[in-house]
Amino acid sequence: MKPGTASAACIALLRRDLLLVWRRRGDALNPLLFAIIVVALFPFALGPETTVLARIAAGTIFVAVLLAMLLSLDALFRSDLEDGSLEQLVLSPHPLSLLLGCKILVHWSTTALPLIVVAPLLAQLLQLPAQVLPVLLAALALATPLLSLIGAVCVALTVGMRRSGMLLTLLVLPLIVPALIFGAGACNAAQDGFAYAAPLLWLGAWLAMAAILAPLAAAAALRISLT
Amino acid sequence: MSIAAETESAPLLQARSLRFARNEEEIFGPLDFSLHPGDVVLIEGDNGSGKTTLLKVLSGLLEAKSGSVLLHGAPLTLAKLSHQVALLGHLLGLKLELSALENLRFATGMGGIRSGITPQLALASVGLEGFEDAPLRTLSAGQRKRVALARLLLVPAALWLLDEPYANLDRGGIDLVNRLLDHHARRGGAALITSHGAYAFTSGTPRRIPLRATA
Repeated sequence: MKPGTASAACIALLRRDLLLVWRRRGDALNPLLFAIIVVALFPFALGPETTVLARIAAGTIFVAVLLAMLLSLDALFRSDLEDGSLEQLVLSPHPLSLLLGCKILVHWSTTALPLIVVAPLLAQLLQLPAQVLPVLLAALALATPLLSLIGAVCVALTVGMRRSGMLLTLLVLPLIVPALIFGAGACNAAQDGFAYAAPLLWLGAWLAMAAILAPLAAAAALRISLT
Repeated sequence: MSIAAETESAPLLQARSLRFARNEEEIFGPLDFSLHPGDVVLIEGDNGSGKTTLLKVLSGLLEAKSGSVLLHGAPLTLAKLSHQVALLGHLLGLKLELSALENLRFATGMGGIRSGITPQLALASVGLEGFEDAPLRTLSAGQRKRVALARLLLVPAALWLLDEPYANLDRGGIDLVNRLLDHHARRGGAALITSHGAYAFTSGTPRRIPLRATA
């Protein structure tokens, strides 16, 4: 008899969830396409003038990426709830927070990572000055996991309800506004030639805190919504 | 057998004046019973009598209103459940996009594996040889149930909580469940099964716990 270890459980969960995303890869592409379409529409609406587009570029990309991630957030635990996998997860002998951390990691790497990868393309579409691009990428790399983590807590709270989409949006939006302000703020500061390290460091500090606390909070919230 | 076990060992699972209420509405209770290694107990009751709820309370998913559940003599908490309990509910907890084998490998990764058995062997013993790599979506409801039963064979849990294990199964499947239960009991495990009474045990006469619907 071989009882499973926590690391084996994490690997099994990561493998399964990545495999599931691959099997449903059509759905997984939705957030990416959404962000590309939103950003691509701006030049049509505002005209091709470089100064106007460059001014709004960083903010627009940030908003598009965060909204695209918000779209996919509702599905984080939905299918697991519907087929009973979530019950099995809660009953598993391993710390639920650790397992949820793995699920959040999969969510981030399958929705946010592709978005960060196409961000240079989006920046080109909106004529973002080249020297701002590294700051934009750094800000996205810090802000998107923050959204995955905070979002997971809110999803865990609302997963027991039917049609929780609206409530979820209302819960998540105020919590991610600071990430948006600091992330886009860093890009704007870089664009205007000011120091941009401070907002990025703030984002990093929040991320460090959320990475520890959010899985614990999500586990507690999930136990509450399952009962 | 159960009487002999009662005198020599602590019960695997014990419920003491267990009650459950949802929004002040009494669902069941008070219940007193104990389960020893080798016991298979049938929880009988009509639809809505709280059978599923009882299993959820016993597995720790729901909190009892009063009374206590003891596992090996210690109060039950989700953290302590560890490898003791396997729950098979109405929702099987299987992914339809994955094959039977992929689902079972995930289950053993999460819960560990008994010695001397592999996912392939478990599938063969529930009569699903040749269906290892087919996506679960293409299997029938009864076959999916058999995959879930194969999971019970794999994970090292002494206590099985089975919610309507006979539903969706053909005659051969019902025999299979009985065989699995028999095997599990002889190995020193215990099982609690719910049934609304439409299916009869084919082997032996299990102890019964009746539940009544309270309206």
